[in-house]
Amino acid sequence: MGEQQQTLWQFMSGQSDKLFTQTLQHVGLTFISLLLAIAVGLPLGILIARKRKLSGLVLGIAGVLQTIPSIALLGFMIPVLGIGAKPAIVALLIYALLPIIRNTYTGITGIDEYVKEAAKAMGMSASQILFKVELPLAMPVILAGIRTATVINVGVATLASFIAAGGLGEFIFGGISLNNTNMILAGAIPAALLAIILDLLLSVIQKMDFKRLRKAVYILPVLILILGGFYILPSAYGSSLTAGFTPEFMGRQDGDLGLKSAYGLKIHTIVISDAVMYKAAFSKELDVISGYSTDGRLKAFDLRILKDDKGIFPPYYAAPIVRESALQQFPQLEATLNLLANKITDSVMTDLNYRTDYLHQSPERVAKDFLISHGLYKASRNGNRGTVRIGSKIFGEQYILAEMYSMLIKGNTDYNVSTKSGLGGTKICFDALTNDQIDLYPEYTGTGLLVLLQPDQQIAKAMAHDKDKTYQYVYGEFKKKFNIRWLKPIGFNNSYALMMRDKQSKALNINTITDLKKYLDQN
Amino acid sequence: MIELKAVSKKFNHTHAVNEVSFKVNEAETLVLLGTSGCGKTTTLKMINRLITPDAGEIYIGGEAIARQDGDALRKKIGYVMQHIGLFPHYTIAENIAVVPKLLKWPKAKIEERVHGLMEKLHLPANTLNMLPNQLSGGQQQRVGLARALVADPAVLLMDEPFGALDNVTRTSIQQEFKALDELKRKTIVMVTHDVQEAFELADRICLMDKGKVVQLGTPKELLYQPVNDFARKFLAGQQLTLEFKITKLSDIWSFLPNAAAAEEKSEVADVSVWEAMELLRSTGKNRLLAVDEHGKIKALSFDQLTKGFNQYQNLQAHG
Repeated sequence: MGEQQQTLWQFMSGQSDKLFTQTLQHVGLTFISLLLAIAVGLPLGILIARKRKLSGLVLGIAGVLQTIPSIALLGFMIPVLGIGAKPAIVALLIYALLPIIRNTYTGITGIDEYVKEAAKAMGMSASQILFKVELPLAMPVILAGIRTATVINVGVATLASFIAAGGLGEFIFGGISLNNTNMILAGAIPAALLAIILDLLLSVIQKMDFKRLRKAVYILPVLILILGGFYILPSAYGSSLTAGFTPEFMGRQDGDLGLKSAYGLKIHTIVISDAVMYKAAFSKELDVISGYSTDGRLKAFDLRILKDDKGIFPPYYAAPIVRESALQQFPQLEATLNLLANKITDSVMTDLNYRTDYLHQSPERVAKDFLISHGLYKASRNGNRGTVRIGSKIFGEQYILAEMYSMLIKGNTDYNVSTKSGLGGTKICFDALTNDQIDLYPEYTGTGLLVLLQPDQQIAKAMAHDKDKTYQYVYGEFKKKFNIRWLKPIGFNNSYALMMRDKQSKALNINTITDLKKYLDQN
Repeated sequence: MIELKAVSKKFNHTHAVNEVSFKVNEAETLVLLGTSGCGKTTTLKMINRLITPDAGEIYIGGEAIARQDGDALRKKIGYVMQHIGLFPHYTIAENIAVVPKLLKWPKAKIEERVHGLMEKLHLPANTLNMLPNQLSGGQQQRVGLARALVADPAVLLMDEPFGALDNVTRTSIQQEFKALDELKRKTIVMVTHDVQEAFELADRICLMDKGKVVQLGTPKELLYQPVNDFARKFLAGQQLTLEFKITKLSDIWSFLPNAAAAEEKSEVADVSVWEAMELLRSTGKNRLLAVDEHGKIKALSFDQLTKGFNQYQNLQAHG
């Protein structure tokens, strides 16, 4: 435990520059959007308190906006607002809107009718009633709304890193992808502290009596403005092309670090989630992205892989990994899973992915079609001799593989199957496997080597580029360390790859990563 | 001073106020009396345009209020209501000073006026910086009255001003209210459903029912010359008390025995028989001394008051 804290502390002090920037960005994002949300929400709340017929409509719309999943909302905005700060701020604004509108409305309509009547009877004008009576009396309720919005925003702002807007999400999601607990905590702890501190601060203001509240309410906008100013828009540094890399890619030796050391690549880079990365490349927000070589979106968005001429991306051959205890419990399992061995090539996998990601066919249908065409499909035997639990990570390819395994097991054995698909990143999947929550999931040899085993650099280097050596190494180590068995590879290699829009790469005559570096150096 | 000409107001197709007309003279107190829902409060609120009439015209000081700016009009009219409606976030001093601040009086003048009023209305000086919820109901109503009076409006509108108070507090505030110099110069329209209160405070009473004026007259006229059954029934059951209230000592003066000469000083002037009885009861004395404008002194006891009152009544009935 003490060691753990020590290393976390070391990580945080080692990365203090980044941590400081991310925290400032986080606070800035939260408060810029909060300020805008107040600027929009407060007048709207006042309006619907005046014209109550509108209240249902306005609160309804704000409520519906609130329920849109944040990552989807960010995705919707890319075509309109691009990536970076703008869509992040707009998305945060939308989430902050409902509590502010609703509390302004409730605060004002909740004021004693007789107080309002007295104000009018004394000859106050409508605006005098608003500013001298209604807003001051509604202020504690309005502040409660702002407080709720602030806490929501601190949380949602972690997702801003998905669309290259920075913030503490960079550490959190980078850490989840890289199986780096210290990195996760270095992002999560400051984010949680931020939420708690802001909540406390606002609760103090909210509980003030009317006299002190009057002063505090003048100070608040100034404070919000200053905090909002922390957000310095990510400044482009001189490169003619822009790269978007996932947080995971950023922290990996076989990712951004390797690009820098092996190729000396200097490119303006922003951190972005792979959920929106391809779309951003397609809509010309990004020029170079870090993708996966079998990704269906490659085909869908007309992207082209740049050849890794110095071989920094190790092979990522997919194979099911299974707990030994599950293999003993289900004796027919190994043979059944191996039915898929060497059946799927790179191009086949890309095509299957294209059908789910772009043609929006269900993974189940894609899996079934494939098995039928290869003569592997058998109708379910509806077996009940125990249940095999299959996991998958949260992207299309894994869903398809999980479906194939599920059909094979149901058709060839008397076991039942439950699939737990969409288990976040590598870490979540692997933890589920070691903690006996699932029996197997498809993993990649490169990931097994570099993310899960993390051997010292020499060993990694020695085998990283040899497909068979890597497989042998992970096979042996997983058995020894985790009591988990790698079954036979499925055939395709889903490695990291740099990619560009096909048209642009042709226009600029960039075919390899070395070409890219030369182009960047010249321009 | 105030004149309503055929004023009407409808809410959802029912006539809340139906062609009501009356005049209120300068420095007169007119009480709008009736059951709840009779349109008396709506009528009152149309005078300062908290409610806009559908038809008819209202004049104050000869000017039609419909042609004036509503906010400016309301700054010139004092308004007191049952629910008081003090601003919970303002101190007592700030609550009283609302209208002068809107009128942009100099600070010193506001302060002087607020202090003066608080003294007149028996509000302790240490309440100045308190918030309304720290005051008793009676004190809050006094603040409400001070707020209405602060800019010295010629017209005062009162909507059940004593309705929220307990009986004891109400009686004492009503007495103070009657004694307040400031109010004697004002033209007052007051709404109440309390017959006793109407008889106590009104110069004239306007009895209303279903949005219409049933009878408009002095308390005496209402009591002795009711125009119809409704007017009669409205006062029934309280007849005797009301009669005590509108009969002054000067009315029954000739029926009262003279006091022995050179006794103690007189204790009451020309009050109502009711008030004289109240005084006897509350002081615990068995007789009171009253004096008329000629310096003639009479001694009063319950017996003599009742006897004198009965003789006066007989004379009224048969004369």
